[in-house]
Amino acid sequence: MLKLEHVNKIYKEHQALNDINVTFNPNETTVIVGPSGSGKSTLLRSLNLLEHPENGMYTLDDRTIDYSKPVSKDTLLWIRHKTGMVFQQPRMFDHLTVMGNMIEAPVHVLKQSKAEAIEHGHELLQAVGLDDTADRYPYQLSGGQTQRIAIARALAMHPDYLLLDEPTSALDPEIEAQILRILKRLAEKHESMIIVTHNMEFAKNAADRMLFLEDGAIDFDGTPDEFFNHPTERIDRFLNAYKI
Amino acid sequence: MIDFITTYAPQLIVAGLKYTIPLALISFAFALVFAGFVGVFRSYDPQVTGFKKVLWFILNNLLAFYVWAFRSTPMLVQLFVVFYGLPKLGIEWLQPSAWVAAIAVLSLNSGAYASEAIRAAISSIPGTQREAAQALGMTEGQTFTRIILPQAARVSIPTLANSFISLIKDTSLASTVTIVEMFYLSQQMAAVTFEPLQMYLLVAAIYAIFVTILSIPQRYIQRWADRFVK
Ligand SMILES: Nc1ncnc2c1ncn2[C@@H]1O[C@H](COP(=O)(O)OP(=O)(O)OP(=O)(O)O)[C@@H](O)[C@H]1O
Ligand SMILES: [Mg+2]
Repeated sequence: MLKLEHVNKIYKEHQALNDINVTFNPNETTVIVGPSGSGKSTLLRSLNLLEHPENGMYTLDDRTIDYSKPVSKDTLLWIRHKTGMVFQQPRMFDHLTVMGNMIEAPVHVLKQSKAEAIEHGHELLQAVGLDDTADRYPYQLSGGQTQRIAIARALAMHPDYLLLDEPTSALDPEIEAQILRILKRLAEKHESMIIVTHNMEFAKNAADRMLFLEDGAIDFDGTPDEFFNHPTERIDRFLNAYKI
Repeated sequence: MIDFITTYAPQLIVAGLKYTIPLALISFAFALVFAGFVGVFRSYDPQVTGFKKVLWFILNNLLAFYVWAFRSTPMLVQLFVVFYGLPKLGIEWLQPSAWVAAIAVLSLNSGAYASEAIRAAISSIPGTQREAAQALGMTEGQTFTRIILPQAARVSIPTLANSFISLIKDTSLASTVTIVEMFYLSQQMAAVTFEPLQMYLLVAAIYAIFVTILSIPQRYIQRWADRFVK
């Protein structure tokens, strides 16, 4: 279980997160939507401590941290290990091959043997349909391929929670659909995922739970059915903005 | 002309092989060690507190001072300070021989420049690489040594190669501290033959040949380092 209580993040004069209270259930796919600048990325990045909110409580399983205090190195690494992150712009390690990228953290963080990590790496690459690229360097991949590998790379760490920040918004619609199908498969396997996306089609189909963020606050927290079929006036306006 | 070359070139080349090249190679090896240490240390924020932070702060500033001092003064002056100046302090272990003085100054000087090249290369690696590594649970140390440094090394190669070339030519300054390297020998021979133009052109040509040959590995190293870029 992943829980935030009274979390505030302030950049200079701007409050990016405003008293966030939310619990992310395991084995569920939570989709976070909201207008640009509403704090979606900040929220996601606070969950693996790439961002450090000013105050509030963070609970992951049996550990609770107080954001207003420094976090011990041990806890920090533990949280990073329990959460996996896929960024909007894929961030391959450019000096490593695809397989090198896949096994880097499993070997050096999880201390898996190289052979074991490679075997597992091939399985995950197969699952995203890219095992034939194992020996290539990142510059020899397309954007869509890179993002699929980024997902496989995050999964190689067996994170309890997979965090994805607009993983498809830099890609064309066909490739986007391909990646969202991969994520939908993960959702169906009850992988615990928290996804920021602008793709409402995906949200409708894959989400167990919807969060709507506005001005750093959670404006809606409920089921996709409620969100799409019985929207509040504000959400209705938001959804209408997507209609052409 | 041919006669002149066949008479004097062999002696110059021998002096080059005995003095110029060893001076350059040994000094560059030390320079890389200094530069690596200084460049990495000055780039790395250890995120420590208390006493360790103070220690880190002091050492960081000492290293910054070292780089500043060697980059802001002529190498010839540095060489004179070390070879002619230091012995006058009368400290027993501080009486450097010509070789020690030359290698110390060449490597410290070259290392100061090279450390800046390494620092620039490290800071050229985008912060997103660091975040990606940390998101995978890698420690600061692992991120630095396994993700940042290998990429920074590639970026720094052209600048380091330039430092090496400068260093080869700068060995000619060792002539001022009694080392009879190539240039010193050419001076002596020019004085005897009364042919300064031919003699100095000849030694210039030999420097050029040395530099060209010693630059060959750079191409292969660069090609290897560029394997992961377009
Ligand atoms: N490093 C920063 N310094 C100052 N302000 C920041 C910083 N990062 C984000 N912000 C501000 O915090 C707010 C929330 O940003 P965030 O990136 O979380 O929005 P978002 O919901 O992810 O938007 P988008 O949909 O455009 O990605 C924005 O107003 C943004 O300008
Ligand atoms: Mg964002």
